[in-house]
Amino acid sequence: MAATITLIVNGTEKTVVSDPERSLLDVLREDLHITGPKYGCGEGRCGACTVLMNGKRTLSCTTPVSLANRKKITTIEGLAEGNSLHRIQQAFLDEGAIQCGYCTPGMILTAAALLNENPNPTDEQIVEWMDGNICRCNGYTKIMKAIRRAAVQIAEVKLP
Amino acid sequence: MIKDTNTIEILQPERFDSVGESSGQVKISRRTFVQMLGAGLLITMTEGVSSAQRRRGGGRSIAVAARVHINSDGTITVMTGKVEEGQGSRAELTQAAAEELRVNAGKIRLLMSDSDLTPDDGRTAGSRTTPSTVPAVRQGTATARELLRNLAAEQWKVDTDALNVKDGIITNRKTQKTITYADLARSQNVAEAFKQTVSSDVALTPVEKWQTMGTSVPRPNSRDIVTGAHRYPSDIVRPNMLYGKTLRPPAYRATLESIDLSKAKAMKDVVVVHEGQFVGFAAPTSFRTIQAMEAVAGTARWKTVPQPSSREIFTYLKEHARIGDRSRPRTRGSIDEALANAEKVLSETYHVAYIQHTPMEPRAAVAEWNDGKLTVWAGVDGPHQVRSELVRALGVPSEQVRVIVPDMGSGFGGKHSGEAAEEAARLAKAAGRPVSVRWTRAEEFTWAYFRPAAVIECKGGLDDKGSLTAWDFTSINPGGSAIDTPYNIANTKILSAGSDSPLRQGAYRCLGATANNFARESFMDELAAAAGADPLAFRLAHLENERIRTVLEAAARHFDWPSRKKKVTGELGVGLACGTEKNSVVAACVEVGIDRKRGEIKVHEVCEAFECGPIQNPANLTSQVQGCIIMGMGGALREAMEFENGRILNANFSGYLVPRFEDVPKIDVRLVNKTDIPSAGGGETPIIAIAPAIGNAVFAATGIRLRSMPMQRALQELL
Repeated sequence: MAATITLIVNGTEKTVVSDPERSLLDVLREDLHITGPKYGCGEGRCGACTVLMNGKRTLSCTTPVSLANRKKITTIEGLAEGNSLHRIQQAFLDEGAIQCGYCTPGMILTAAALLNENPNPTDEQIVEWMDGNICRCNGYTKIMKAIRRAAVQIAEVKLP
Repeated sequence: MIKDTNTIEILQPERFDSVGESSGQVKISRRTFVQMLGAGLLITMTEGVSSAQRRRGGGRSIAVAARVHINSDGTITVMTGKVEEGQGSRAELTQAAAEELRVNAGKIRLLMSDSDLTPDDGRTAGSRTTPSTVPAVRQGTATARELLRNLAAEQWKVDTDALNVKDGIITNRKTQKTITYADLARSQNVAEAFKQTVSSDVALTPVEKWQTMGTSVPRPNSRDIVTGAHRYPSDIVRPNMLYGKTLRPPAYRATLESIDLSKAKAMKDVVVVHEGQFVGFAAPTSFRTIQAMEAVAGTARWKTVPQPSSREIFTYLKEHARIGDRSRPRTRGSIDEALANAEKVLSETYHVAYIQHTPMEPRAAVAEWNDGKLTVWAGVDGPHQVRSELVRALGVPSEQVRVIVPDMGSGFGGKHSGEAAEEAARLAKAAGRPVSVRWTRAEEFTWAYFRPAAVIECKGGLDDKGSLTAWDFTSINPGGSAIDTPYNIANTKILSAGSDSPLRQGAYRCLGATANNFARESFMDELAAAAGADPLAFRLAHLENERIRTVLEAAARHFDWPSRKKKVTGELGVGLACGTEKNSVVAACVEVGIDRKRGEIKVHEVCEAFECGPIQNPANLTSQVQGCIIMGMGGALREAMEFENGRILNANFSGYLVPRFEDVPKIDVRLVNKTDIPSAGGGETPIIAIAPAIGNAVFAATGIRLRSMPMQRALQELL
């Protein structure tokens, strides 16, 4: 049975009529044409579909859309402020931490959630937090560098 | 793809054979068509590159206009049939064009992989972009530059030698008069001049004068990647589009005998297509499409055939090896005599499991028909090749099919074939609306193709001085890549034999080179141990190839091999390996830790040296080498397809373990820039040294020789 569901996506309220069992990923991509979140495995094992739901990292492929009702959803399209990139986006550019880039939105949002909770993570903490995100180009080394770079910037902002 | 007789032919038993088998309409004759591009000029594009030229990866006998377009606003568009799938072709080809046109890379707009608008530069495969397409693009753009210089010279009535070209501006050195490419493009003369064929003898900028090539130009559309603006094949949305799914058989080689589709057909908004073995569904959401498919799947009756399982695969491949008829060994000296006279003879067999590419983006395509013309956006590595595939499958003329490949979510050799494109095309035709088909991970794991499994039998003979005098190497099923030994051995017998693969197999990053190099470099280590020699010294004693020696010595030096070797314990090992393929050379030293209780191998550190001629983009090459190292660890340690009776048992990321952050070792990449030879590609060969180096390190620590990839499982079975 279809339900009316309201999502606040990247600051804009969107109402969809959908079967409540459909995944948040499918609704974002197919109904709202927000294609930043990617399908990678459909079982929450690769992180490509990561979005932030009320600021927390969320695997949208295993999240029924009904659970997102009235929630704030941030996708990669909503991370930059106008033309000003989020520091993690910038760090990925600065480190060249992109190969095919298909995992990149999920990587960036997962890292953003990490730095929200822990602005100055150790390498071990980064690895543990990021371990659910797969990069099949295996660009992990540069992605680590990008996250470290963004973390250092946060520390610099906080300690003048 | 280059000569590799066993893997170039992708087996395609699972296609919808009973329909549209052959249209006979593949047009290979020359044809010319005209396209509007950008804001202005007509482009006349001539197609008709010979297959030999295509194999070399570059349409060269094409009009300059097919390669370069200069707009009246000064925008420069360069066209290539190559695809960007994460290995850096977009940056590298942009640099190549910028170099020869004498402009900043930011001035170039690279139009890639559109079968209507770009020349056929061959598939993006086989490390051919660097050695073939880069030169083709350079010739095209250098010819364009010279034509522009000629036009300026004619206009000013001076000799071309009197003119400098820099930053898209042509300057008369004497008068300091200038004219820009854009100024010239506003005249009709440029359109006329660019009808000329690309000159094959135009001088290309020598390495020592490179301004843009050789630098770390970032991927030009990086910003669109980090903002999510880039649309991958699976992201393409067309007006009124439906989402399609294909009914899959329960096992390989199963045939559909009957199905009752009435329940699906009765569903509102659902399109059902049944053509021969193809049964597909399309609906406004993929959720709805799956509901329709599930409503009828249970009514399908399938005829199945028994098939071998992964447990018995190596015996099966050995028994079905095609030795004798087409595959004959290459021999040198007398192997039988040398083995008979050897002081010591070793004989071992190595195994390599089937693995899957698991590109981050599974196969995806959107198909749209307009007035009989089919346009497909697809994640494939050859737009022109997949166009031919669609022409054959659907029975439409070549000029009625356009394949566009948006920069896609990786491939690693696994996206030669256009299954999703064909499925989307069939559904879209029936629906009369665009259809998007996006394979699930399980579909990609099951219905794409695999890197071949391998059985490799090695025999080696040592003389009384510990020198290698005999080498007998029989490689069954992986293909002939890197099968020749680079070592100096007087008597050799080398054979690549096909077999009857129960799984559909095809190209994978460096093809069979990983399997062949795993066996060779592991066996070299066994021979070194039998000779009582250090593995590095033993290799160098048999190695004349200066390029391999250089990288091997570089890796050993930066890893500090002699002192690291002294620190080996029962839980800590070091190993090394080297190799060559696709005109590049690689060597790796690794340190591993062994958890004997759990039977676990942890790679602590990898130092890899790589050389592929003059480096075209150091940052990109570093990414390629780092990626190869970690990807290689996956196949070396854990990845293996498990299957039984035509069914894949681990078609997901919980059953098939690819490398993750926690697996990443300390990596030290050493790039050797050799500028006196042509550049070769760097996306494949760096993968071939990692598995044997790991196996050799495990041996150094434990005395246990792992002769089967993946080695994690092999170690657990042995402990």
